Amino acid sequence: MNWMKYRLIYFLISAAVVGAGIFAYFKWGLSLGIDFKGGALIEYQVGKDFSTEEAIKKIENPSIEVYSIQKAGENTYLVRTNPLDPHYRENIGIVLGELTGEATELRFENVGPSIGPDLIKKTIYAIAIAASAILLWVTFQFKSFKFGVSAVFAMLHDSLVLLGSFALFGHFFGAEIDFLFVTAMLTILSFSVHDTIVVYDRIRETRKKVGGSMTEMANMAVSQTMVRSLNNSFTIIFMLVALILLGGTSIKWFAIALLVGTISGTYSSPFVAVPILVSWDVLQRKIKRS
Amino acid sequence: MHLSSPAKKLIGILVLFIAALFISLPTPLNLDLKLGLDLAGGSHLVFEADTSKISPEKVKDAVVSLKEVVERRVNLFGISEPVVQTSSFGEKERIIVELPGIQNTQEAAELIGRTAQLVFAEVSEATSSGELKLTDLSGADLERAAVDFDQTTGKPVVALQFTKEGGGKFEKITEKNIGKAVAILLDTEIISAPIVQEKISGGNAIISGDFTIEEVKKLVIQLNAGALPLPIALVEERVVQATLGAESVSQSVKAGLVGLAMVLTFMILSYGRLGVVSAVGLIVFGVLTLALYKLIPVVLTLPGIAGFLLSVGMAVDSNILIFERFKEEKGRRPVPDALEVSFGRAWDSIRDANIATLVTAFILANPFDWDFLHTSGPVRGFAITLALGIAISLFTGIVVSRNLLRVFIREKKT
Repeated sequence: MNWMKYRLIYFLISAAVVGAGIFAYFKWGLSLGIDFKGGALIEYQVGKDFSTEEAIKKIENPSIEVYSIQKAGENTYLVRTNPLDPHYRENIGIVLGELTGEATELRFENVGPSIGPDLIKKTIYAIAIAASAILLWVTFQFKSFKFGVSAVFAMLHDSLVLLGSFALFGHFFGAEIDFLFVTAMLTILSFSVHDTIVVYDRIRETRKKVGGSMTEMANMAVSQTMVRSLNNSFTIIFMLVALILLGGTSIKWFAIALLVGTISGTYSSPFVAVPILVSWDVLQRKIKRS
Repeated sequence: MHLSSPAKKLIGILVLFIAALFISLPTPLNLDLKLGLDLAGGSHLVFEADTSKISPEKVKDAVVSLKEVVERRVNLFGISEPVVQTSSFGEKERIIVELPGIQNTQEAAELIGRTAQLVFAEVSEATSSGELKLTDLSGADLERAAVDFDQTTGKPVVALQFTKEGGGKFEKITEKNIGKAVAILLDTEIISAPIVQEKISGGNAIISGDFTIEEVKKLVIQLNAGALPLPIALVEERVVQATLGAESVSQSVKAGLVGLAMVLTFMILSYGRLGVVSAVGLIVFGVLTLALYKLIPVVLTLPGIAGFLLSVGMAVDSNILIFERFKEEKGRRPVPDALEVSFGRAWDSIRDANIATLVTAFILANPFDWDFLHTSGPVRGFAITLALGIAISLFTGIVVSRNLLRVFIREKKT
């Protein structure tokens, strides 16, 4: 099948998805979790549902500012506030206890404002190191810079899709960018390139055995790996969907981030990395000829 | 009977599997999985040291002894397997303390975070309010501190025993100040100022203040562990109740089983008999992984479980690669040859692709504790289980499935 004939369409699809994400990012921004901006997050088990507005009114005082109270599951609520002084922690539980009969603290996280900036720096280092290591590995393994750069572009594409989708999820469903999101992002980088390498490997093999133009080789490789790629993604998606539906609140958004990344990563190998590789090759030949 | 080489290998694999099963099962070895704070319950505290008052070249030494003091305090606190780590990034020096089973972070933070600098001061009578003149006797001269009770009032007091040198200093101070008060200061606050009745030799003293027994216990721990060389402040705390942790465990197990069932069904539906082989491979994978978690041991966290589940999804990838290849090759050559060729050809992809994933896992796990990368527990847990999962899946995907298929297909032919 002549997959590469429709390169422009793939680029347009990617541009639309990434564009929508960038739009969401600039329109609403990312809602950063306490890991990045500081603050407290407390999960309570309460006696019954309650009016969050009333609770906020009762909890707030000059030292406690409630950012949000969210229902997290059956009779469990997440309360987010500014960084708390230790002795104010109990106040919130007492108010919720009065409102609902009983309130048990399940989880308490309190992060000062000095942690976030370091976290961002360390994340950038981690992504930069991972991306350069992968670029080097792919370039070395396939003996071509083109392969490496195309793979990194696909990785970049997946990261942007993930960030953009979380700008949307953040605005509509209250998803937050936290430490686990960063982990998901890095995992997705590796998943993206994992898939790309499988396709590249078929191109390399075809080049050795049959030869032909880059477009032909790419078409063959994409056809040969399509079923594998889809099947592999299905198995990962099964695990992640199970985790999202049954795994509890603490890692739900982490699993969703991995799911978005898996889908994007599956798409980006044949429809971003390989088309970039082919376009680059075609362009290079044109320039040489002229 | 002559056994073929793959059959011999299969027997080896079976032995390995049974050994792993033996280790993974809760009885009879009773090896427990190590659970992280988010699953077992406990608290994670991060303190930041104030290094503004010492010269930059002394920071490193100060942080080392800071860690030692914090460790001593935590150990004296009496909980099992606490973790104390330092993290240095940019200008910031931090101490990370993990306390399994502790939910009251306020108390723990007070115990760990108080500088606990003990000094003795003479009170000069020149002014009516009493001006303090610090002596050279301090917490550093203590041999040990202990909880004691005042014999007349029954109130808890701190019993001090000085070192030989400290005892000498104390003797001199008391001799000089008979009939006068000697103030005992903790972190620049006067906690007691008894009037000296007579010269005290022998190096023993008592601090009696208006203490509760808890306060005395805490103070004794702090004095025995020594004063902190740098003041520290709590900047981050995370507490998980054991009940939430237990719920997370049961939810993850449920999610894992459902996901696993879906993957197995999918593989069998897509690849028929080959799928059954990969299902067997996946079960071997699961048991081996669990056994290794217990043997290494891996501290399992919630993201760690997610990493494991993700690696289950990825573990069948090598099988899928081989099976798809096998479908292609089957038309071109006899089945056993096609099988060998598929394994050979698919190996390149499998190796190259998994190395890329291992690189990322390495960066996330940060095994050498590089300060410019994350050193946090949950992310590390995720990376370690993911990396282990990939390594084991290479073994089960290649060695186990390959030998199963060799025997399986040969026998089908005869």
